[in-house]
Amino acid sequence: MKILKKMSLAVAGSLLLTFGAISTASADKLDDITEAGVLKVAVPQDFPPFGSVGPDLQPQGYDIDMAGYLAQELGVKLELVPVTSANRIPYLQTQKVDLVISSLGKNPEREKAIDFTKPYAPFFLGVFGLNEVEVSSPEELADKTVGVTRGAVEDIELSKLVSDDVTIKRFEDNNTTLSAFLSGQVDLIATGNLVVTEIANRNPSRVPETKFMLKNSPCYVGVMKGETRLADKVNELIGKAYADGVLESLSQKWLKAPYPAELASM
Amino acid sequence: MGYELNFGALLEYQDVLLAGLWMTVKLTVVSTLLGILLGILGAAARRHRNPVLRHGSKAYVELIRNTPFIVQLFFIFFGLPAIGIKMTEVEAGILALVINLGAYLTEIIRAGIDNTPKGQIEAARTLGLSSRQIFIRIILPPAFQRVYSSVVSQCIIVMLGSAVVSQISVQELTFAANFIQSRNFLSFESYLVAALLYLLLAFLMRLIFNLIGSRAFSREEKQS
Repeated sequence: MKILKKMSLAVAGSLLLTFGAISTASADKLDDITEAGVLKVAVPQDFPPFGSVGPDLQPQGYDIDMAGYLAQELGVKLELVPVTSANRIPYLQTQKVDLVISSLGKNPEREKAIDFTKPYAPFFLGVFGLNEVEVSSPEELADKTVGVTRGAVEDIELSKLVSDDVTIKRFEDNNTTLSAFLSGQVDLIATGNLVVTEIANRNPSRVPETKFMLKNSPCYVGVMKGETRLADKVNELIGKAYADGVLESLSQKWLKAPYPAELASM
Repeated sequence: MGYELNFGALLEYQDVLLAGLWMTVKLTVVSTLLGILLGILGAAARRHRNPVLRHGSKAYVELIRNTPFIVQLFFIFFGLPAIGIKMTEVEAGILALVINLGAYLTEIIRAGIDNTPKGQIEAARTLGLSSRQIFIRIILPPAFQRVYSSVVSQCIIVMLGSAVVSQISVQELTFAANFIQSRNFLSFESYLVAALLYLLLAFLMRLIFNLIGSRAFSREEKQS
């Protein structure tokens, strides 16, 4: 037993050394990418409108278009690697991909494991409403009625923010909240921006627009820890994409809403 | 088991609970009064000479008694705005409750009317009473008395059924329990307290109806 243990330790040790050697050898990912002429990107395939499989069986979505933009700007070929939300970070850590563009949000645990670039896509909870309802902050909600799904994160956030003179109508589930908005029972709802995209796709006669954000958790591009040159390059391209209106057109195309200016300065 | 009951945490939400209870009481009182009225009118229509009224009333009863209450409610609240009829959640809730109770009471009161002895109507006609007088003075009071306990039960069922209007965001007792449960996750305590309050309301309702019943029907009971 003891010998077996020692042997396995030795094997593990040598494996570790080899891997260590490999990762130090390829110190700069950006050079590797340009050299190989291929950018490998982890994208979702089960999360529309960010990534799904289209009727032509090709992947499509915001994340896929974003990956395509980065590859085009880097002047390399794009290789899409479909991932799930559970394995997208391991794919990056084990160098199966160069970047993760998979509607990835930032949190402290993830920041320990990988690096993040600037945000490239909006993902937030907010208050949305018809164009004619003039509201741009929680204070201006006074004497107005907002529909929300009872007990959802947006309900908790909204309840904390607003005063007592705001009428909050709480419904049982997301669909009932949506029905309340679509049938005109409420002119303002608190929900996620993807829900609004869904409304825009289904019922264009009553499209809610963003009034203000309750909780902002945009999507970032994930980069292997320590690859600062690659991260800087991606940041530069995201800045360029915003300046050139590429992010705006992506947002309009996939999310049916303007790209929030807040994200550009993050 | 290992579950520790924590009723103390509900005290923080007693305002929500009391407001919910009060809303349930208001919904019940209004919809019971209007529902009984609608039921009497419906029953009168069911036994009217005019075939349009007769068939209209029958169609109404069949339509309401053979569809789920929540569908009727959603149709009124979410469906009707599509053709321009929009009302608040409380109005929609009361309307749905009244329409529902009215249909069941129409059928119950009709059963009472059908049991009127023929001789009484013939006697009234002989005395020269008009059809309206016969219905209001001769047929209705004993008919209502015959089915009174069924009417009371149906009204209590509607009081309990008012829980469903929490689905369109009316802030009544069930809504309060749901709300508290989604804030502190004390499902057991929240729903147990709500259930006990409903039980209390049901007992109170029966008590009040029995008091009204014994007053209203005492004269006739003495005669018989």
